[in-house]
Amino acid sequence: MAELMSLSDAVESLVSDGDSVALEGFTHLIPFEAGHEIIRQGRRELELIRMTPDLLYDQMIGMGVARRLVFSYGGNPGVGGLHRFRDAIENGWPRPVEIEEHSHAGMANRYAAGAADMPLAVMRGYVGTDLAAHTTVAPITCPFTGERLTAVPALRPDVAIVHAQEADREGNVQLWGIPGVQKEAILASQRSLVTVERIVDELEHRPGGIIIPGWVIGVVAEAPGGSRPSYSLGITDRDNDFYKFWDKMSRDREQFTEWMNENVLDRKHLSAT
Amino acid sequence: MSVETQDKNSQEATAGEIQTIVAARRLRDTRTVFIGVGRPSTAAILARMVHNPDLVLVYESGTIGAKPFHIPLSIGDGELAETADSVVSVPEMFNYWIGPGRIDVAFLGAAQIDKHANLNSTVIGDYDHPKTRLPGAGGAPEIAASCGEVIVIAPHAKRTFVEKLDFCTTVGHGDGPGARERLGFRGEGPTAVITDLGVLEPDPDTKELVLTQIHPGVDVDEVKEKTGWDLKVSADLHTTEPATAEELAALRELLDR
Repeated sequence: MAELMSLSDAVESLVSDGDSVALEGFTHLIPFEAGHEIIRQGRRELELIRMTPDLLYDQMIGMGVARRLVFSYGGNPGVGGLHRFRDAIENGWPRPVEIEEHSHAGMANRYAAGAADMPLAVMRGYVGTDLAAHTTVAPITCPFTGERLTAVPALRPDVAIVHAQEADREGNVQLWGIPGVQKEAILASQRSLVTVERIVDELEHRPGGIIIPGWVIGVVAEAPGGSRPSYSLGITDRDNDFYKFWDKMSRDREQFTEWMNENVLDRKHLSAT
Repeated sequence: MSVETQDKNSQEATAGEIQTIVAARRLRDTRTVFIGVGRPSTAAILARMVHNPDLVLVYESGTIGAKPFHIPLSIGDGELAETADSVVSVPEMFNYWIGPGRIDVAFLGAAQIDKHANLNSTVIGDYDHPKTRLPGAGGAPEIAASCGEVIVIAPHAKRTFVEKLDFCTTVGHGDGPGARERLGFRGEGPTAVITDLGVLEPDPDTKELVLTQIHPGVDVDEVKEKTGWDLKVSADLHTTEPATAEELAALRELLDR
């Protein structure tokens, strides 16, 4: 049974300096509020893992939270590049960030291997590319057919953090819409936090909904609107204008820092007040 | 000609419009198309409106059979999930749908493309000390390896069409004939590169991209000038059929939604 906590208590008890942390959510249900709480609590030296380090990781990297980044696509979806991510890699600002990059298929298989408690996943991929020489993959031969395939190592983050629409009081979680790799991330990690739009007395099962039982989840924290400017299908809408705003605003280091101070550091999460 | 200087109310398509329309026409007989956002998405939605109403749109976010009324800003827009026939996880998308070659056509973009249609979306400059850090691979390498065929959509510029990639993110035709077979790829690889000036297609024997089609009003010399290698021109070079009134009206209506 998952424990119910406030978001600030949850981050305090689950995330320590130096941890490897996966905040997942593939274009949907991105746990912005939890990421902001990590920034507010001043965590440092994190290994941040995420298939699509979009605006949330741009913010965390720009605030100096990350020592290392493991990812497969670092862009502002539909808009362009990520300026803080670029500044960290190109110029080491505000600090150098070590990177390990994969393809989406590679990252997805790495999470799935972690969830299955396997040391590796086997796939077709990476061959012929320059990526193979710059990341952690290895050729492997199928013992049955002799086919040459690619092995990718399992991902086993210290902490997984995802957002979902709702949970009941036992911490059973239901999410629907684009499911990304949230379930895999939770099952692959040592500890996990799910932030939810609302806590309900009883989950009403939805067609296509994914239920994650409370007994595989560490902590559930209520965070209404916690995926904004991403969205929680059926509850909040994606704020496409914010993604365009971010592209302009975040180009400048000072403007970025000012915006983060005003909108993240100086603003406590509602449920924590 | 450029998108900016042309009158949007004109009966003639702008360079950007013709690029989108040519991409949409390619989907006339396609069952399933894999698309990212931007021009590929616009082209695929346009194809459903005008050329192929049964076309199945597949987005990387896991939405299979999405029927968006609006052009999505991101591949994860809610409308895609709400209108999809099926919504699947990322591991399922790559392992069950893309990997086994169930998707007929994939649209891809890139910051750099070479004469064998290999693509770079990782870095400009040196990998460890990049001049420009780009977003990275995303799904492109496995999509290009496995989908039935790949159509690249890119703006025609010398910095994009380069002699040598700074980084090979995605293999198109590798170093030429036989490369894909040696690597064990199941798809046919890039079959066309659609730009705002024309269409390049791989020569069947050398797998080198040659100019096969030129958009109305474009000069061959301009295309050669904006290509970073010595671009060969097909003996069968033809001019793109101008946008029909129906295509143009549908595209403009779509962009206005």
